[in-house]
Formats: sequence, C-alpha cells, structure tokens
Amino acid sequence: MINEIVIAGFGGQGVLSMGKILAYSGLMEDKEVCWLPSYGPEQRGGTANVTVIVSDERISSPVLNTYDVVVVLNQQSLDKFESKVKPGGILMYDTYGIHKKPTRTDITVYPIDATEATIEMNNSKTFNMIVLGALLHVRPMVTIESVLKALKKTLPERHHHLIPLNEQALNKGASLIK
Amino acid sequence: MKDEVTLMKGNEALAMAAIRYGADAYFGYPITPQSEVLEKLEEEMPWETTGMVVLQAESEVAAINMVYGGAMTGKAVLTSTSSPGFSLMQEGVSYLAASEVPALLINVQRGGPGLGTIHASQADYFQACKGGGHGDYRMIVLAPSSVQEMADMVALGFDLAFKYRCVSMILADGTIGQLMEKVVLPEQRPRRTDEEIRQQCPWAVNGRKGMRPSNVVTSLELDDDKMEENNWRFQATYREIEKNETRCELVNVEDCDYLITAFGTTARIAMKTMELARKEGIKVGLFRPITLWPFPEKQLREAAKNVKGILCVELNAGQMIEDVKLAVECKMPVEHYGRFGGNVPTPDELLNVLKEKLINK
Repeated sequence: MINEIVIAGFGGQGVLSMGKILAYSGLMEDKEVCWLPSYGPEQRGGTANVTVIVSDERISSPVLNTYDVVVVLNQQSLDKFESKVKPGGILMYDTYGIHKKPTRTDITVYPIDATEATIEMNNSKTFNMIVLGALLHVRPMVTIESVLKALKKTLPERHHHLIPLNEQALNKGASLIK
Repeated sequence: MKDEVTLMKGNEALAMAAIRYGADAYFGYPITPQSEVLEKLEEEMPWETTGMVVLQAESEVAAINMVYGGAMTGKAVLTSTSSPGFSLMQEGVSYLAASEVPALLINVQRGGPGLGTIHASQADYFQACKGGGHGDYRMIVLAPSSVQEMADMVALGFDLAFKYRCVSMILADGTIGQLMEKVVLPEQRPRRTDEEIRQQCPWAVNGRKGMRPSNVVTSLELDDDKMEENNWRFQATYREIEKNETRCELVNVEDCDYLITAFGTTARIAMKTMELARKEGIKVGLFRPITLWPFPEKQLREAAKNVKGILCVELNAGQMIEDVKLAVECKMPVEHYGRFGGNVPTPDELLNVLKEKLINK
C-alpha cells in the first residue's frame, strides 16, 4: 500500500509539522516514509505545502504531480490542488473561508469544519491535529497509537504534558467525519 | 546507537555524519538551501563531545581558507555551501588541489546563474566535474540521491580524500537537502589522535618535534620544470582514481530498450518514470552515476550496448549529457531534457518527454 499525500495551506497553520508527525508515525510502524516541504520565501505568510509519502514499498520519487490524498486548508490551495487528486482519490478541505467549492465527481470529497472545531476546543493550536485525526479516520494509513508514539518521540519532554490534548484533537477530528 | 533508524533532512544527515566520522573541524557560512548543516552542528555542539570545531566564518572565502589551513595539518576538515557560495570558494579549491591536501566540500545546489533561486538545481555539474577554479585539477564528485547517501558519502568522501590526497566533493541539490527520509547513521568514530595523524599524513604541517625535516605545503612552484613534474603527479593520481573509484547504480538495464541517465534528485524522479513506463510495457532502464567524476563511462557503455536511445535528464540546460555522449560514442540517439531555475520535473512529465523525444520518433 502506498499513500502519496500533499497537505497545503497558509504558513503558520501547522502544515509542515502535521506532515512531519504523519511521517514519524509511519516510521513508528516501520513503513517507508518521506517528507518534502516547499521551503523558502513562500513560507513567510504565503502558502506552504508538504508532500508526504507513507508506503510499504521502497519510495522512488519524492517529487509528485498527482496524489492519492490531498488535504487543503485554504482557497488558494484548493484551487491549486483539486486537479491533482488521482481519480478515485481523496480530497479533504477545511470549510472555513472556502467560497468556491470543489467540483470534481470522480473523487471522494470530505469537507470538514476544522477551524470551527478549534473554537469548540478553545485552542486554535489544535488545528492541525484535528485535521490529521479526520484524515486518519478516512484513510487509516497509520494508527492513532503510532501518532501518539511519534509525538512522544519528537516533542521535547517539557511538552509531553500536551500529548493528551493532541489525542483529544485527533479524536475530535475523527468525529467531524459524518 | 548503530542501527537506530531515524528521520531527518538530508542537510541534517550531513552534519550528523560529519560528527560521527570523527571530523576535526567544520567551517562554513549560511546559505539556503543548506543552512541546516551549520544549524544542526551548532545544535549538536560536538565541541563538547568529540572536540570537533564548528565555526561560522565571516564569508565563504574565509571558510575555504580555514579549510585549507586545517587540511594542511592533516586534520579531517569540511565545509558546506550552496551554488553562489561555492563560486566564491573556487580559488581556495584550486589551492587545495594543487597542494595535495585532503578535504571534503559540499555543494547543495540551487538555481543559478547568479544569486538565482533557492530551489533545487544541478547546474553546477560543469563547475564540479570540469574544474570551477583555475588549473588542471580534478575533484572526486559524489552525487547522493537519498538522505541515507547524504550520510554515507561523508565518510566515503573523507576516506577517498585521504587515500588519494585530493579534494572530495558531495554535489547534492536543494531537494535532497530539504527532504526528510529514514536514515541509519554510522557509528561514532573517535577523532584521530595527533600520533595517528602523524603516521597517516607524513606530509602534514603539524610540528616536526625535532624528528624529521620540515614539511612544506604550498601550491606555489616558480620552477616550470618542477611545476610540470607536479602536474604529472596530479595526473597520475587522477588516472589511479579513474581506474579504482567509479561508482554507479544500474536498474533494469538487462532488458531495457531505452535508458534514462540521471543523478541526484532527478534519478529518484526518473526511477518513478521507469516504473510508470514498465506498467505500460515500455522497457526503460536507469543509469545513475554515483561518482560524477570519475564518470562511470565503461559501465554506461556496457549498459547502453543494446538500447535504442538514451534520455539524459538534468536540472540544467545540458551538462552531464556531454559525458554521456562521450561514453557511448554517440552510437545511438542521446536526447536531453532539463528544467532550470529551481524547477523540478515530475515523473509523468519525464514519461511524456521520453515518448516524444525517443519512442514515438
């Protein structure tokens, strides 16, 4: 099984770190993984995106043109990446600020109210973990246990007390899928 | 520690591998897309563990001359930079080569010419392989195409540099530098003791302690005959390197009708193109030089023996293709496809090009 994913949004939304946590979760399950960020000036206030591949087989190209899963967190990214979902693939987007909805019918589209969910959780920083929770609910390429293991491994110890909050956010995300 | 699989960027792997090799010093100046090398080294603070010196110089010119000074004493010294920074270093590179001192240089290429862009490029192939500085010199040029190779080529580069008393270069690109992948770092080796350096590098300028005549390391020789003699010695070393040190990866070349030649990031993309082509029943093989100099021309000639055509893919306007054409003696069509300025082709883009330029011709 190979999962070719792109996550795109504004710089500051946690796009790159969400991708990193997903990649680390794959590592926890001994899968082949890679993480390739868009880097440079476009991160400063502009759009940011990251390609993540989680696979059972050796990964050839880290550079892709079409994806099994596209997660977009703003209108610009939706406009840019809707056409890049493979037929039969998944497009997930946060509904906040989206005025032009996706139109493709040959893919499965999951609108999620992730920004709204952060307000319910009273913590805007949980945003990317909510999105990751929703993503893993529709495409369980790694288990939630592996995500928590990855967080434990990558977060400095002084932040470990935040892991339960991240777990809540992941669950909240999963509950957004109807 | 040895077998632990970790996830890190190519640039970080370079830094960690330098510490693990037991390198004595790193001198560098920050530039995107390789700044994580210096950042990681400063985060790891190896001066407190192995005693390795890490210094941010005031410029690339200063950094390469610090490398020159350190290398003269037989120490394992490296620097890293990206394209514009490496241009600044060229005088020092020529001096290092002419003085026959071992050093490891890393260029994580970005789009040029000029200050250009900060994204991946392979437009410094000529500079690395044909000599960016003045004079008849060569560097061993290693081209990593994965984060694991970024880590492994630090030790390989140093070992070859010390074996032949020459300069080794890792010619990476912005994509491999920024890419995070699984990597197993080498075991920590101790830095060599002064006594070990004295034995391994009898030429080094490290204090004669009344035991031997003074060593002199210089690139200046005003006697023409002596300088010609020096040049013959350099050339003999280069022939020896050509004989012993060519490395390449061959994938699916046994039955292929078409061959793609590519290195670094483009080789990874071409690998996927090959998979896509084979799904369509087109027999494509991949030739990936791991040493760009010496170029694995015998291996390429052998692999290309029965192919109908070669597509050379690079992030430049056509540089390695010259070595490809020389190797196969233009016995079959050799086409080029390049993207520049920081742009990188996608696997399906390459498949279309392959069909357009070679298959449907």
